[in-house]
Amino acid sequence: MLEIKDLHVKIGQKEILRGLDLSVGAGEVHAIMGPNGSGKSTLAQVLAGRENFHIESGSITWNGRDLCSMPIEERAREGLFMAFQYPIEIPGVSNAYFLRAAVNAVRRHRGEPELDAMDFLTLVKAEMKTVGMKEEFLYRSVNEGFSGGEKKRNEVLQMSLLQPSLAVLDETDSGLDIDALRVVAEGVNRLRSPDRALIVITHYQRLLEYIVPDHVHVLSAGRIAHSGGRELALELEERGYGWIKKEAVQGKEASA
Amino acid sequence: MSEVLQTWFDRAQAQGPSLPGARAPWLANARQRSLDRFMAEGWPTTRHKDWRHTSLAFLQQQKFDGSRGTPSGFDLEALRQGQNGHWMVFVDGRFEAGLSRIGSLPEGVRIAPLAQVLAGDAGQLEASLGQAEEGGSPAALNLALAADGAYVELAARTSLDEPLHLVHIAAGAGAASFPRSVVLLGQGASATLVEHYLGSAGSFTLTNTVLRGRLERDARLTHLKVQQEHAEAFHLASVDIQQDEGSTYESHSISFGARLARNDIATRFNGRHCHALLNGLFYADGRRHVDHHTCIDHARPDSTSHEYYRGILSDSAQGVFTGRIQVRQGADGTDAIQRSDNLLLSRTARVTSQPELEIYADDVKCAHGATVGQIDEESLFYLRSRGLSEPHAHGVMTYAFAAQALQRIALEPMRRRVAATVRALLPGGSLLGDIA
Repeated sequence: MLEIKDLHVKIGQKEILRGLDLSVGAGEVHAIMGPNGSGKSTLAQVLAGRENFHIESGSITWNGRDLCSMPIEERAREGLFMAFQYPIEIPGVSNAYFLRAAVNAVRRHRGEPELDAMDFLTLVKAEMKTVGMKEEFLYRSVNEGFSGGEKKRNEVLQMSLLQPSLAVLDETDSGLDIDALRVVAEGVNRLRSPDRALIVITHYQRLLEYIVPDHVHVLSAGRIAHSGGRELALELEERGYGWIKKEAVQGKEASA
Repeated sequence: MSEVLQTWFDRAQAQGPSLPGARAPWLANARQRSLDRFMAEGWPTTRHKDWRHTSLAFLQQQKFDGSRGTPSGFDLEALRQGQNGHWMVFVDGRFEAGLSRIGSLPEGVRIAPLAQVLAGDAGQLEASLGQAEEGGSPAALNLALAADGAYVELAARTSLDEPLHLVHIAAGAGAASFPRSVVLLGQGASATLVEHYLGSAGSFTLTNTVLRGRLERDARLTHLKVQQEHAEAFHLASVDIQQDEGSTYESHSISFGARLARNDIATRFNGRHCHALLNGLFYADGRRHVDHHTCIDHARPDSTSHEYYRGILSDSAQGVFTGRIQVRQGADGTDAIQRSDNLLLSRTARVTSQPELEIYADDVKCAHGATVGQIDEESLFYLRSRGLSEPHAHGVMTYAFAAQALQRIALEPMRRRVAATVRALLPGGSLLGDIA
């Protein structure tokens, strides 16, 4: 479904991703872990189409298409969803409007009829119940004055409404208490299906107790330094990231 | 005397004897003094400190023949959309009874065309109609030529439950209109006044309008103004409010139309515990120009004023905001907030924002700030990452900026109407569906 080959990405003069390879198949859940500054969030942003990252070389192929040539909104309409690490506040625009505009943009693209206000309300209220959001959050401005947990719930709500085929969660667990973490995880798990893929980016192993990954990758210095099963996450929890960095340095020396 | 001014002089001389109330000596005198003042000062130029950023040179090149038009295609019902309230319609500055619906009024409330009051018993307006020396020279020209407007008087402790709408239509080709309205609220009285300024395109028109308000103790006036004149209109407006102790004046100035719009809004606190909210939202595109010039006179202690102006400028449009706050000696306990926030949608749009604070008291809180910015890239990315097209995302962000001004309109149905109007006039508005 998603094939990333030898991806090099710069922001300004700084190279963040340095030859990243990743292959994600339909139905799979991949966890990407790594220390701060390893390039985890950059990967998420590049997938979503953030424009101030410059792709130096390499390729990203999604369902046979060149992802890098697709505008941001087209990626979303085709079923790519990134849950933001820091969801944006938009004062003056109601969450209800925002959510419906997003749902209808995707529906239009799929050739489905747009939902009117009534049908949308029925749908969104049901979804809000499952992610534990009160109805009042529909009528407040997008993310404005939401707590950290409420913002993340709102991201999961968007994901449930848009039903993406590829979801990228960028540190969705950061700053969440255990209840909110469960809600997020349940939302993600509901989405799991043989034709969907998930990339869960996280610093901590904790989230992976609730979202059990098929593959765990460790990102270090802009490339995948280690891949393994879920036991890798537990090992990282125990040993920290130090040994990965050491290995990466040794690997570089060995190959030099 | 320049040829440009001579035209106005001739007009005033010709119209003088036929203006309503012409036989009242005080009024004839006030009109003559106003004309003299205007002839002496002329139109303000950019050398005048209050007009530094707004030039009337182009206005002076136009000829206004003073003809009156018929508002073809105007449909009051379309504007009303089932809204209740009291409706007065003015075409090129003159009250049109046939188009108006004042309706029934509570006891103690008088709403009448100014011309009718002047023709009947002009004397009762002597204290409230205004003086030649007040305001800028355009306001003086207005007093010299004003023939009509709204006269609103509420006795103590009365209230107008439904809003009074004043609909001003510039209809005639080359029409110049000089409406003057007077609002007198007795002790504890309250009213909502909504001014609409409309006009059909086709030629240059001039609207030079004055509104004077007197709010007695604990009175409350909510004043909405929606200016959407056509792109060849010149709109000069002057609002002058006097507030007694405990009174509240709320102004919401929505200025979206006209080639050149200048809004002077002044209020003076003559007693303690007054409150003023001056809320503004303006938009201009093309080469249009919009200017808000406000003056809040904290003449007495313990009063609050909150001032928020938001401007959206695109293409090569220009916006100006000047916020003057005077805190006089002894006006301790003053609490004033002034904010001017501006959104530029193009590289060639410009906005000038300047606070003018004159503080002569010690115990004063006076906060002011101004911002000029573009649409936030992060927010655009967020919206597009959810499938919204780039133009749609731009439209949403532009509307969001405006909505923060609209949120200050407390009357829910009114806010919704204004929001719908604003949405339709903003760039990208057609993509927004039912955002508001």
